[in-house]
Amino acid sequence: MVKFLKKCYVYLIFAFLYVPILVLMVYSFNDSRSRGTWGGFTLRWYVELFQDRAIMSSLYYTILIAVIASFVATVIGTLAALGIYNAKGFKKKLTMNLTYIPVLNPDIVTGISLMILFVFAKIQLGFVTLLLAHITFNIPYVVLSILPKLRQLNKHLYEAALDLGATPNQAFWKVIIPEIMPGIITGFLLAFTLSIDDFVISFFTTGSGVSTLSITAYSMARRGINPKINALSTLMFLLVLVLLVIVNVRQEREEKKGKDGKNGSKARIGSPSPDRNDPRFGPDWL
Amino acid sequence: MKKATFLPYLIWMIMFIVIPLILVLFYAFTVSTPEGYKLSLDNFKRFFEPVYLKVILRSLGLALVSTLICLVLGYPVAMIMAGNTFSRRDVLMLLFVVPMWMNFLLRTYAWLAILERNGILNIALSWLKLPSVNILYTNAAVVLGMVYNFLPFMVLPIYSVLRKIDKGVIEAAHDLGANPVGVFTKVILPLSVPGIVSGVTMVFMPALTTFIISRLLGGGQFTLIGNLIEQQFLVVGDWGFGSAISVIMIVFILLSMGIMSFFEDADKEKTLW
Repeated sequence: MVKFLKKCYVYLIFAFLYVPILVLMVYSFNDSRSRGTWGGFTLRWYVELFQDRAIMSSLYYTILIAVIASFVATVIGTLAALGIYNAKGFKKKLTMNLTYIPVLNPDIVTGISLMILFVFAKIQLGFVTLLLAHITFNIPYVVLSILPKLRQLNKHLYEAALDLGATPNQAFWKVIIPEIMPGIITGFLLAFTLSIDDFVISFFTTGSGVSTLSITAYSMARRGINPKINALSTLMFLLVLVLLVIVNVRQEREEKKGKDGKNGSKARIGSPSPDRNDPRFGPDWL
Repeated sequence: MKKATFLPYLIWMIMFIVIPLILVLFYAFTVSTPEGYKLSLDNFKRFFEPVYLKVILRSLGLALVSTLICLVLGYPVAMIMAGNTFSRRDVLMLLFVVPMWMNFLLRTYAWLAILERNGILNIALSWLKLPSVNILYTNAAVVLGMVYNFLPFMVLPIYSVLRKIDKGVIEAAHDLGANPVGVFTKVILPLSVPGIVSGVTMVFMPALTTFIISRLLGGGQFTLIGNLIEQQFLVVGDWGFGSAISVIMIVFILLSMGIMSFFEDADKEKTLW
């Protein structure tokens, strides 16, 4: 009996979490503008979605920015992780602390501080500023994904490569990089996902004419309910879901492989509070 | 290996994280006068005007209420999940975090369709022959939005702490004659304090800083600290005041993080690993 009640309670909470999303998805197929009535199944909103100029333009910017930002962030972040791993003392501490600032700062503060910087430096708000902002909040997550891989790395591997006749360059590209590749790819995917998912920071750092999907959804949602947003939400949810499943499956596989490593390969490496926007946060607790 | 490859990163972070924060501090602590910027605390003084104090109090109040509701709703969930009620615990926990993977904005938006006058909630209520409710654009809707968005942040840390509790300790308490209530209040609850603290912080902080939930579910006229900051920067254009509020918000965040790390350290001594 108690067990039954316990199960009921948990299922109720699950219903609370899932019903709104399901309602949204169901309504995206509803052939009636008013929510009160079910007008039959339709794909009309999906068709209209893809014919909407504003939405298509923001889709283009969202993907373009996510691709460029996560690529640049991965390059800078990989170099940074290698540097931090080799550095000692003050420099290491300084860089690590800098890494945690954007992770721990509320998004709204990161957003407005970047906006102040861009306006202060007289950079026109728009595509460039949006891109710079996305790279900025992405890099720390790339660094935090790669560092654990480096910690697992056998210190003598590099020396062994040199002893066996590799040049430092060869040892780096043929030994070190392949070893930390899983971390690099995870970092890239994570950056890409965060970039697509971001609203607050983009909201403050974009200018007229350039908009991402979540900004477009926000401005449409402010005017009330729009079936096109339902369709858009459904698609975005599925997209992010697929990306995150890939990231998490990868991480889990890595964790299994790295069990003998001293710290495991937990990407959270001692961060006192994982950021709420860090999608890794969830499965990490499992 | 090559040295100092973190230099580009360091330069990037100083340019786009450190300097912007310094600029925020600069605008917060200065006022613009005809002769240029002057050091002043005026922006912070304005904060204590009744209009703004009300906003702060409301933000703190709503964030606290939401945190409390999350704790009351979430603790039992964490406990049941950590116990042996369900066999596929890992799958269930995964299902628990999946909704968080939906865009925050869209998750909040989803409630519009449920709460509005002709929304699902009222349709369901009228089927049950119950009077309709109009909570959209009220405090209740904002709290609901916060609880909905942040509940997993409360459940997960508590769950992970409860999972780590040594079953032997609980059995020992039983053997030594404690009744179930005693076991809970004297053993389980104290041991789960670190999880509660980190859950509370992780719900309280975003609840305090959000401006989307209040904007979408609270309507346009509804203001929280986050909305105030947004307004100062995007509508009013008063960067000084906006920066000052941001600084105060950062102070709040640092304070709660300080409290949290204090408890986390205590946790480490207890669990010893």
